[in-house]
Amino acid sequence: MNFARAHILVCGGTGCTSSKSPEIIAEFESRLKENGLADEIKVVQTGCFGLCALGPIVVVYPEGIYYCQVKVEDVEEIVREHMLKGRVVERLLYKESEEVSESLNDTDFYKKQTRIALRNCGVIDPENIDEYIAYDGYQALAKCLTEYTPQQVIDLVSASGLRGRGGAGFPTGRKWQFAAVEKGPVKYVCCNADEGDPGAFMDRSVLEGDPHSVLEAMTIAGYAIGSSQGYIYVRAEYPIAVQRLKKAVEQSREYGFLGKNIFDSGFDFDIDVRLGAGAFVCGEETALMTSIEGHRGEPRPRPPFPAVKGLFGVPTILNNVETYANIPWILVHGPEKFAEMGSGASKGTKVFALGGKIKNTGLVEIPMGTPLRQVIEDIGGGCPNGKKFKAAQTGGPSGGCIPASLIDTPLDYESMAAIGSIIGSGGLIVMDEDNCMVDIAKFFLEFPVDESCGKCSPCRIGTRRMLEILNKITSGQGTLEDIDTLEELCNHVKNNSLCGLGQTAPNPVLSTLRYFRDEYIAHVVDKKCPAGVCKALLNYSIDPEKCKGCTLCARNCPVGAITGSVRQPHEIDKSKCIKCGACIEKCKFDAIYKA
Amino acid sequence: MPNTKTLVSFRGTPEQEAELRKFIEQTKDEPGSTMPIMQKAQEIYGYLPEEVQIIIAEATGVPLTEIYGIATFYAQFSLNPKGEIQVSVCLGTACYVKGSGDVLERVVKKLGCEAGSITADGRFSVDATRCVGACGLAPVMIVNGEVYGRIKPDEVDAILEKYM
Ligand SMILES: Cc1cc2nc3c(=O)[nH]c(=O)nc-3n(C[C@H](O)[C@H](O)[C@H](O)COP(=O)(O)O)c2cc1C
Ligand code: SF4
Ligand code: SF4
Ligand code: FES
Repeated sequence: MNFARAHILVCGGTGCTSSKSPEIIAEFESRLKENGLADEIKVVQTGCFGLCALGPIVVVYPEGIYYCQVKVEDVEEIVREHMLKGRVVERLLYKESEEVSESLNDTDFYKKQTRIALRNCGVIDPENIDEYIAYDGYQALAKCLTEYTPQQVIDLVSASGLRGRGGAGFPTGRKWQFAAVEKGPVKYVCCNADEGDPGAFMDRSVLEGDPHSVLEAMTIAGYAIGSSQGYIYVRAEYPIAVQRLKKAVEQSREYGFLGKNIFDSGFDFDIDVRLGAGAFVCGEETALMTSIEGHRGEPRPRPPFPAVKGLFGVPTILNNVETYANIPWILVHGPEKFAEMGSGASKGTKVFALGGKIKNTGLVEIPMGTPLRQVIEDIGGGCPNGKKFKAAQTGGPSGGCIPASLIDTPLDYESMAAIGSIIGSGGLIVMDEDNCMVDIAKFFLEFPVDESCGKCSPCRIGTRRMLEILNKITSGQGTLEDIDTLEELCNHVKNNSLCGLGQTAPNPVLSTLRYFRDEYIAHVVDKKCPAGVCKALLNYSIDPEKCKGCTLCARNCPVGAITGSVRQPHEIDKSKCIKCGACIEKCKFDAIYKA
Repeated sequence: MPNTKTLVSFRGTPEQEAELRKFIEQTKDEPGSTMPIMQKAQEIYGYLPEEVQIIIAEATGVPLTEIYGIATFYAQFSLNPKGEIQVSVCLGTACYVKGSGDVLERVVKKLGCEAGSITADGRFSVDATRCVGACGLAPVMIVNGEVYGRIKPDEVDAILEKYM
């Protein structure tokens, strides 16, 4: 290896790739070459740094200087000033409130995080197995195969207290134990990389930024339960992740970490990457296996559980990407170290994809039990534009909301269940005063309606009826009885559906009903949407103070609802108005408003 | 609108068919190879009309009803071709709370084409997608692979006009 005096790390995650990071890398390479620096300074494409809101992100080591929202045009200046003259380009540095931070480790966004599952993301080049190895990679596998019995591996995982990060929170060690005691000879190890929650991207970032950690952990799991074949089921919508996984599998085979007789231990293991095809229900474990088998991804009743009868009818374990990413760390650092973090029965850390009305959109990894307030205010930087925090939604379409009054709730499995939400797979969407909770409930319900596999009727028909009621409410046709019927239906669907999709589909509705019932009532009784979102409940009006009588709106109204003479305040006839919004856009004086 | 019927006539070439058949020969004996084969077919033809489903059924021995069942179950398989210009608006949660619903409405209005369908001349197709992974740029619209982030509804027309 050549020793470089500096490294330029450019984020190659999906978010930054969308904002042209590959072009930035190419530009760096050509500018460095132009200046004769190509041998001294290395450009590395890494995984996601986490602070997606400020992408594309470029970090320069050894100093750790952190440049944000870098454009292709900025590259020339960074090379000329920073690389040649050693002068940091101030204007591109990250500004947290008033202070400018040079190094990413100085920012609140990073200081308050503990990165275990994301330890290598944004640190190593995910396409280079040597970098993974340099950061303790494949050490855990070597240790397991040469020093531990399979049972000892399971005991260590159990001792760490690790629970599944895919949503259900089942103890990982116990799951492995169930499969280990089953008779072979054939068993399978599967990885759930289907990441169905529509606002979450933790698993994708791990796959893009540190694919080998997942491969290593699956191989360890194979050794522990006595399996020699693994499958990764990954969303086809994640092309970068798929490509890096495939590359990682190849490299790992080349180095002998996959294949026959790994580390001369006599243990064989290989991994196949399978692509999903865009069905949310395939994230459910039995549906996922049916899909790998090559069928419509419909869930099967349990029992039998996959540990007994899973993929192709043999004992199988399925774990989530993030669950696996923790395993090598646990085995290298010891289960006690992992169990020190977290609270109560929720050990270790959890990665959340922070999105919505929050300043620092991105990935954050925090010890379990961290209060929501710390995530929203300190790490996330609060709601933008000085708006008021209203609620956070966790667990996506299977989860619930946490209202502002409960912002001090610790983020762990038990506390979240107590308030009617879930940790879920890690989506954390922030909403401010401009979001209508009825509309949000409707948004989340559209998922199960679209994605129900149709196998059982409570889910297939029940969710559709629920959506119809919500549509009635948001269009101003709802009654108080509708709210009661809705609640009753929710409980019916929850209790009678076959799989987790149907069983959890009513959660967003139930939890918004629990904390924001007054908003539902405002929709049906006062026929008003307090947040001003539901179009049918808004009326367009003209402010006579601001209206200059230019007649522009009247000329643009498609239904002739606006009357008034030149230079006189105009008026909208509410009975004629179809709420198209054309007038608001045309008015140059901001005189038209909706409320 | 439902993805159950093909509406345009088939124009596959013998080369495409040969490529598909070769792939099927190589993979059909692996366990669970139906999905990878259909994904390959979708990649070769861009969609899965009846003619292609018949080739797959015949070459793999899997009943046509089952192939059709799979093709209509998964959102990635399309029974109709996409437009020359593919517009998608992300309706993932992060984008939705930041107003991507209004962005989609503008796209639909501008092109006169509902989400999940294609304009009469075959030029544009519109899709509403789930999180595309660029939540930091929410709301997000993608036109032929080009990502437009932090977009406001009244910027939609100008962007689409570039492709008209
Ligand atoms: C409708 C539905 C969708 C799911 N989607 C996912 C998913 O996208 N990713 C995931 O890891 N688990 C998902 N799960 C949970 C899995 O069924 C399973 O519990 C998990 O993958 C097990 O891994 P873990 O123990 O490591 O969490 C989903 C469950 C249901 C019911
Ligand atoms: S609950 Fe819904 S998704 Fe699950 S099996 Fe029933 S119909 Fe299918
Ligand atoms: S919203 Fe549309 S219909 Fe109503 S007054 Fe304005 S232009 Fe006319
Ligand atoms: S929700 Fe739109 S990119 Fe994630």
